[in-house]
Amino acid sequence: MELKLALKVNDKDNVATIFADGITSGMEVEVRDKKGNADLVVVKGDVPYGHKIAVEDIAQGKQIIKYGEEIGIASHSITRGEYVHVHNLDSMRGRGDL
Amino acid sequence: MEFMGYVRPDGKVGSRNYVAVIPSVTCANDVAQAICHHVQGTITYLHHQGCCQMPPDLDRVTDTLISLGLSPNVAAVLIVSLGCEGTDHARMYRELSASGKPVEIIHIQEMGGVSKAIQQGTDIARRLAVKVSGIQREKVDISKVIMAIKCGASDTTSGMASNCVIGYVADKLVDLGATVVFGETTEFLGGEHLLAKRAVNDTVAKEIFRIVDEMEKRAMSIGCDMRKGQPTPGNIAGGLSSIEEKSLGAIVKSGTRPIQGVLAYPQHVTNQKGLWIKDTPGREPEILTGMAATGAQFMMFSTGLGAPQGFPSMPVIKICGNPHTYQRMEDDMDLNAGLIITGEKTIEEVGEEAFDKMVRVLNGEMTKNEAIQYFSAIDIHCLGPVI
Repeated sequence: MELKLALKVNDKDNVATIFADGITSGMEVEVRDKKGNADLVVVKGDVPYGHKIAVEDIAQGKQIIKYGEEIGIASHSITRGEYVHVHNLDSMRGRGDL
Repeated sequence: MEFMGYVRPDGKVGSRNYVAVIPSVTCANDVAQAICHHVQGTITYLHHQGCCQMPPDLDRVTDTLISLGLSPNVAAVLIVSLGCEGTDHARMYRELSASGKPVEIIHIQEMGGVSKAIQQGTDIARRLAVKVSGIQREKVDISKVIMAIKCGASDTTSGMASNCVIGYVADKLVDLGATVVFGETTEFLGGEHLLAKRAVNDTVAKEIFRIVDEMEKRAMSIGCDMRKGQPTPGNIAGGLSSIEEKSLGAIVKSGTRPIQGVLAYPQHVTNQKGLWIKDTPGREPEILTGMAATGAQFMMFSTGLGAPQGFPSMPVIKICGNPHTYQRMEDDMDLNAGLIITGEKTIEEVGEEAFDKMVRVLNGEMTKNEAIQYFSAIDIHCLGPVI
């Protein structure tokens, strides 16, 4: 079977980006970091190419980290393997509505 | 290391040798376009500014048009003025002439209308085109390079592949004594602290925070959630969830070298070397104009979803980070950085390919958008209202 790959940019990251097509709920992807370490994660949700999954549980209100930096706040509790995008990640910048 | 360029009277070196037909106001666009239609080797800037604006914006438009004319890719200038515009066409003529380039000006109202202006303007442009066509390329040091960089129609591959390639080229050019300019102030939001750490001193760090703060306040003054504006719907479809994520991926293209300072939007590079920021928005028509006004001989442009735009007087090298997009849009993409995502090539390998392509483009090789002339949608970024 073709390898389903996800990449984690920085050690501090709690999300990884999937670079594979046709990932649906229940599939397993191999999350690799820059050192080549691999971690198998079961995906929860259908995740398009280039989109993110959580690699650990993230409580509501906690920071979502990519590139070792905050990219937003979890608007709901997120569990390991869950699809992370605008439905459960809130941007904190340039917001006139906050 | 050297390249073959056109040495201008002010010492700057171009990669192209155009006659720029510059409308001093949007009302002169049709005349400028008609002249260019008839004369080989000419380009124009079909912007929408230059009248019924607040004085700071009129100065900004005048200064930007002067800087475009001063670009080393421009050999001679024909200014097309209507006659009653708000921009200072007399200052444009004066400051461009001072550069030593051949500069001419026509006024549509004074000449008796559109057809007469097109006729006389075509005559002048033809004379200028013949005059500059004999200028030969000369061997010059690579430190004469001014590279502009930008990412557009980004997705999550941009920050992991194509922007890394541009960062590699940016570092290499800075180390060779050249100048690199990046912008897109909106896409510093969430990453400004990382840029400020690279500032050469506290003043520059404060400048970085200031331009980001001003940009964020302009966005917040509308009183709504910025998303759907930034990141764009296309960015979101490509997997980018917030402006912070987009920014952190975007700043990767600036490489790792110290940031020397912040240039204002209309400003052109005189003798600044190393890595600089230009305060620009992210949208293509305005940032490409601002970057060409810098005096950049070319731009390196990273994309994930496939942005095809170029600029009339500045070749734009497209580096695509998404392997699927590259396959679909190979006709518009100059380099495939998607091979980094698939693990077939390293950042250094694609970085060296990009550097080689850059040298060939500086020497005269066309980029894909240049060959297909996909570059008429340009504009000048203004801050105040149209009045």
